[in-house]
Amino acid sequence: MIEMIDYGGGNVGSMERCLQRLGLEFTRVGGDDDPKPSGEHALLFPGVGAFGAAMHQLKERKLTERLRGMIREGVPYLGVCIGLQVLFEWSEEAPQVPGLGVLPGVIKQFRGGRNHIKIPQIGWNQIHASKANPKAPTGHVYFVNSYHPVPEFDELVLYTADYHTNFCAAAQHDKVTAYQFHPEKSGEFGHQLISDWGQTHG
Amino acid sequence: MVNNTLNTEPINGLCKRIIPCLDVADGRTVKGVNFQNLRDVGDPVDLALHYQNEGADELVFLDITASIENRNTTLELVKRVAAELMIPFTVGGGIRTLEDAHRLMQAGADKVSVNSAAVNNPQLINDIATAYGNQCCVLAIDCRLPEGSSAEDNIWQVLTKGGREVANVDALTWAQQATQLGAGEILLTSWDKDGTRSGFDIPLTKAISTAVNVPVIASGGANGSQCFMDIFTDGYADAALAASIFHDGDVTIGTLKAALANNSINVRPSV
Repeated sequence: MIEMIDYGGGNVGSMERCLQRLGLEFTRVGGDDDPKPSGEHALLFPGVGAFGAAMHQLKERKLTERLRGMIREGVPYLGVCIGLQVLFEWSEEAPQVPGLGVLPGVIKQFRGGRNHIKIPQIGWNQIHASKANPKAPTGHVYFVNSYHPVPEFDELVLYTADYHTNFCAAAQHDKVTAYQFHPEKSGEFGHQLISDWGQTHG
Repeated sequence: MVNNTLNTEPINGLCKRIIPCLDVADGRTVKGVNFQNLRDVGDPVDLALHYQNEGADELVFLDITASIENRNTTLELVKRVAAELMIPFTVGGGIRTLEDAHRLMQAGADKVSVNSAAVNNPQLINDIATAYGNQCCVLAIDCRLPEGSSAEDNIWQVLTKGGREVANVDALTWAQQATQLGAGEILLTSWDKDGTRSGFDIPLTKAISTAVNVPVIASGGANGSQCFMDIFTDGYADAALAASIFHDGDVTIGTLKAALANNSINVRPSV
């Protein structure tokens, strides 16, 4: 069983439909009419949204400490997009708002320097397995992001991709896996990533 | 003195996108299609899955349903598409209010595109972007050269109401205003090119794409692989949209992508 966190801001519908297509069992937690996450199951935190708003919603719902505790205790966690970003210490998007801080590092905005660059990055980009995880399966995945993680240690990097800079596209540490891209919108390959995680931890 | 470090193009792995467009009315595909392997060519879901399997990067559904009463069939269609499709899709056509956008997003659209209503009420862009994020708000701009002018003049008229009216703003100004209001992407259709099969509008697309810092989807005039190559290089397009060349089977997305890849255009390989 997967507990999918609905923090009230992001569109969790697309992840829900992805889990249904894959036949993975899940239950919604954390929303207005939902139970709180129990920590007995794997946690899935999907969705798009702004960093500050997401952290604010977690606080309002009294989920901040609970999530931080569960992740530190080793409950399997899969974060997607904003579900990745909240794991880190803080974000340039809302510098005064602390993140969960379970992974060392920060969230930074894409910068083009002197080059004209399009923000957000929208579309398909190829992910590369990091040195720390050379056997991770690779393919093209769908990104929609203006910000990307900058983990403090290279060992935390699961995938990288190139958008005017080589950036961390996914992070991993113990039972925590987190994607900056949207596997639920990334065709067969993306669905396979979710399926593999669900089979292992769900 | 040449400084090689500064002159090196930064690496960009982001792929150019190929986007088939499906016109739908009353929940059915409108333009005729020519595929024999489809169960029901009139069913937009079957057609959408066909394009997904061919390697389409995204899809756009343009709702041309005439009557407001039949818009519920569109919502039902969006739900069915969302349940099955594994790639992102945009829904446009007839979105006049935030409530219209809300219904489509709730039904499972990844993005909505607004056109005439945003010209008349630019705040609509801001409303949608605030509610769902800029990336969910696509601004569709229909435009053409004013009579007697040429592309060098850098002025394009914005058309509304399906080309029946000329708006009181030029395309460059409108594109910049709209991105400031929160449009996260621009779907740019050239009425000088649309339906002509003479290639995409390079001067128009280049002018808009270099003037804004959001992705631009070129539309109108697609014929063969060469025009896609041109619009991605000379036209600075981030994505290209076409309908009839795909529906008529003139070119498959697989062969198009292979041709683009052979010419060093970065595309997601068809599976």
